[in-house]
Amino acid sequence: MTAVSSHAGSAEASASQGGVAVCAYDRLTPDLGAAALVGTTQVALFRLADGTVHAVQNLDPFSGASVMSRGITGTRGETPTIASPIYKQVFSLLTGECLATMDKQPHGDLPADLVVFGVTVRDGMVHVDVPGPM
Amino acid sequence: MTETQQIVVVGGGMVAHRFTEAMRARDTEGRYAVTVLAEEPRAPYDRVALTSYFTGKDPEDLALGDPALWDDSLVTLRRDAKAVSVNREAREVTDVHGVVHPYDHLVMATGSYAWAPPVKGGDLPGVFVYRTIDDVAALRIYVERRRKELGRTVRGAVIGGGLLGLEAAGALQELGATSTVIQFSDRLMNLQVDEGGGQALSRLIEGMGVKVRCNTATDAIKPDKHGHVGSLKFADKGEQLVDVVVFATGVRPRDELGRDMGLAIGERGGIVVDDTCLTADPAISAIGEVACIQGACIGLIAPGNTMAEIAVDRLLGGESTFPGADTAAKLKLLGVDVASFGDAFATTPGSLELTYADPVAGVYKKLVVTDDARTLLGGILVGDASAYASLRPLVGAELGGDPAGWLLPEGAIERPNVDLPDEASVCSCNNVTAGTIRHAVTDQGCHEIGEVKACTKAGTSCGSCLPLVKKIVGTELEKSGIELSHALCEHFDMSRAQLFSAVQVSELRTFSQIVERFGSGRGCDICKPTIGSILASIYNEHVLAADRAALQDTNDRVMANMQKDGTYSVVPRVPGGEILPEHLILIGQIAQDYGLYTKITGGQRIDLFGARLEQLPSIWKRLVDAGMESGHAYGKSLRTVKSCVGSTWCRYGVQDSVGMAIALELRYRGLRSPHKIKLGVSGCARECAEARGKDVGVIATDKGWNIYVGGNGGFTPKHAQLLVEDVDDEAVFRLVDRYLMYYIRTADRLQRTAPWQEDHEGGLDAIRAVIMDDSLGICADLDAHMARHIDSYEDEWAAVLKDPERLRQFTSFVNAPDEPDPTLAYVEQRGQRRPANDAERSSGAVLIAPSRLEVRS
Repeated sequence: MTAVSSHAGSAEASASQGGVAVCAYDRLTPDLGAAALVGTTQVALFRLADGTVHAVQNLDPFSGASVMSRGITGTRGETPTIASPIYKQVFSLLTGECLATMDKQPHGDLPADLVVFGVTVRDGMVHVDVPGPM
Repeated sequence: MTETQQIVVVGGGMVAHRFTEAMRARDTEGRYAVTVLAEEPRAPYDRVALTSYFTGKDPEDLALGDPALWDDSLVTLRRDAKAVSVNREAREVTDVHGVVHPYDHLVMATGSYAWAPPVKGGDLPGVFVYRTIDDVAALRIYVERRRKELGRTVRGAVIGGGLLGLEAAGALQELGATSTVIQFSDRLMNLQVDEGGGQALSRLIEGMGVKVRCNTATDAIKPDKHGHVGSLKFADKGEQLVDVVVFATGVRPRDELGRDMGLAIGERGGIVVDDTCLTADPAISAIGEVACIQGACIGLIAPGNTMAEIAVDRLLGGESTFPGADTAAKLKLLGVDVASFGDAFATTPGSLELTYADPVAGVYKKLVVTDDARTLLGGILVGDASAYASLRPLVGAELGGDPAGWLLPEGAIERPNVDLPDEASVCSCNNVTAGTIRHAVTDQGCHEIGEVKACTKAGTSCGSCLPLVKKIVGTELEKSGIELSHALCEHFDMSRAQLFSAVQVSELRTFSQIVERFGSGRGCDICKPTIGSILASIYNEHVLAADRAALQDTNDRVMANMQKDGTYSVVPRVPGGEILPEHLILIGQIAQDYGLYTKITGGQRIDLFGARLEQLPSIWKRLVDAGMESGHAYGKSLRTVKSCVGSTWCRYGVQDSVGMAIALELRYRGLRSPHKIKLGVSGCARECAEARGKDVGVIATDKGWNIYVGGNGGFTPKHAQLLVEDVDDEAVFRLVDRYLMYYIRTADRLQRTAPWQEDHEGGLDAIRAVIMDDSLGICADLDAHMARHIDSYEDEWAAVLKDPERLRQFTSFVNAPDEPDPTLAYVEQRGQRRPANDAERSSGAVLIAPSRLEVRS
């Protein structure tokens, strides 16, 4: 097991040895998301088939429900993605950018893109870097 | 300027046309003048398309090429001017009117005549052959006259099950007559297809309503009492009543003029020519069907056109020789594609045959390859000949990759990328190469298929190469930045039905294998659930087994229906809507204990709303322990079978509708399908169960049940249509089994039964033929598939409760498994709770926090 996250936030997190341990890497099933609670922040974690782990906000901007961890992972071109389980919007797991709005507006005043969190895997544990209280 | 030489062409068919056209195109100096002596009273026409004469086309529509050819000052067309004698010494041809035509070079292009075997009664009125527009016109007039005289549908028979015979059978159908094909051989088109292909062809043709009778010799045609054709008598003593008979038993070269002239005649007829199409007399050539070239006469247009081109080339000083006949053929007979090319019967020593048969789709394909499976030798395609245009030019070349790519439905797996060399012939009728087509796109500005056709003549004769022409044009256009896509999603370039056969044939069982073989990337929320559903339909394995969970759509993934706030609703099965009081009490108790909102569904069961992910297992444990099971309300699968109370209580009921509904619901529970399926059973014609609004509606009659199919509510409501009347219980099960399984195999993604039935070729009648008359020969397979489903059914929820691994997915947070989602909030309404809206949240109105009740029991 050699997986590490490949996105921009992770370099920072691992440099500071930061992040909160949320679960064992083995607890995550490939391509099947899981939610974690860091303080009051809900995080959606995804271990992909290539072994990388990604973390985004669990809040679905288009429904206002905390369900992103229960979406379907996939790819758009080379970009790993997650689709909302409610209205099927597609987001980049690398940047959080909403890649397909399915002709809907976000719920309330929520931004359409997801917040991406830094993830590192150390000693077999998945650490998520959630900056400050959210 | 040299003196213009005179060419006389004897015969006014397609090959004569090609000769004249090619000569005028290439003889830029005007060295030759061409006179065409045609026996028919019209210009050369497209004999291959003769059948289209019945679809309302005028003879003019069959005209070949640009009619301006006949106005050319160097071309003379004499219609109705059959040549009757040739004086080789004087180099003169005399026509039927006594007009003498001197020639410097003579081209014999007299073609063939339709041959009929000497059968007793073969001269009765009502016996026809199938060769010329006049034959076809006479047939039409006769059929129409007999229909009026007899006051009923005219019964037709075609003797001969080859290519022309099937054309003629189609023509009879177009004329509104019934048609039976009488074939001496053991299969249709025995010269082109093998046994497997012949079977597929028979099924497809019979599916079109044409009867097929193989292994049958006709002894005599017997007259009716007025002396018209009345019946056929067969060698096996059988007899069949017929009103019209068409002989399509082959053609023979019209070489009588050649014989009279003293030219050498082949063993089986035809004027003998060398590879340059010259006879022993250097002033005489023979081309087309009348020419015996390399020892045989060839009854196909493509080699005939090649001979015409060679004769022109030689006259103009060229060096071309006949390369051997390309006997490849692709036809559309009665709407069925049939193609045969190269060494179709695998006569090459050591050759291998790769076959693919899909009786559901009515497809049979065979490739013949060398013993190392690398080089293509030939093939047979029945039902789907889309690969023909690409494969035919590859005969003798390396296939380059997995040959299965050519056998599986188009798009199933990527076909080996064969970039045809520029010199490869794409259109053999008009001798157009791949390079010429590419050139038309890149340098001549042709951006549409029509422009390319006009520019290159590719695909303008038989049209069989058009798919390849389109592909080449598409590839060239793509290179210049214009793209077209018909993909299911970016990862799979095929429809659900194609994917279904691909998965079934390949026997692959994981998404990773399937996407690797048939697709690209790592999938998405479109293709993953589609494949999850296909795998569930084929194997009926648990939707959360192994890596399947990650494929399932929102609801299937946790076997509950996600609501707008991310909580779920729970629906236990209530077969037929019949429920025990203790189950009602249990459901009420659970709703109270977990604070769930309860509502009766449209499918006669009870929905419990507001259950959190982590509560689902404990709720289901209580239901399963009490003997209830999953209702699959979350699946693209059988939902419910709605029923009225029926004869057991109702004063009007004539059958036990509840019993039938329960039997059906237990039979099909858990059956995964392209979309949800709902059934209904009514106990009498009053139809209280609204069964005709369902995918399958079963309605009681005094004698049994009527089955209706293809009803849908929802966005586009449709009433179900009558499939069959007054059948017994066993027949209900058998027919509904087949209907559902056929739908599951062939429908598109998220296509419900009503649009599927509408889009199905031939509509409900064709579906009825498939499931009741076994027109595709697949009923046994459908029955076995459904039997496997029924035998292997297990309650999905009971299975999950026994599996700690799968239960781990039912946690709110990996680091706080029992902590409820803190963002959930509810308000009370009419004595139950519902999710709070934004205004209620921000105003801090009465909020009910998520219930903290037990998560594990």
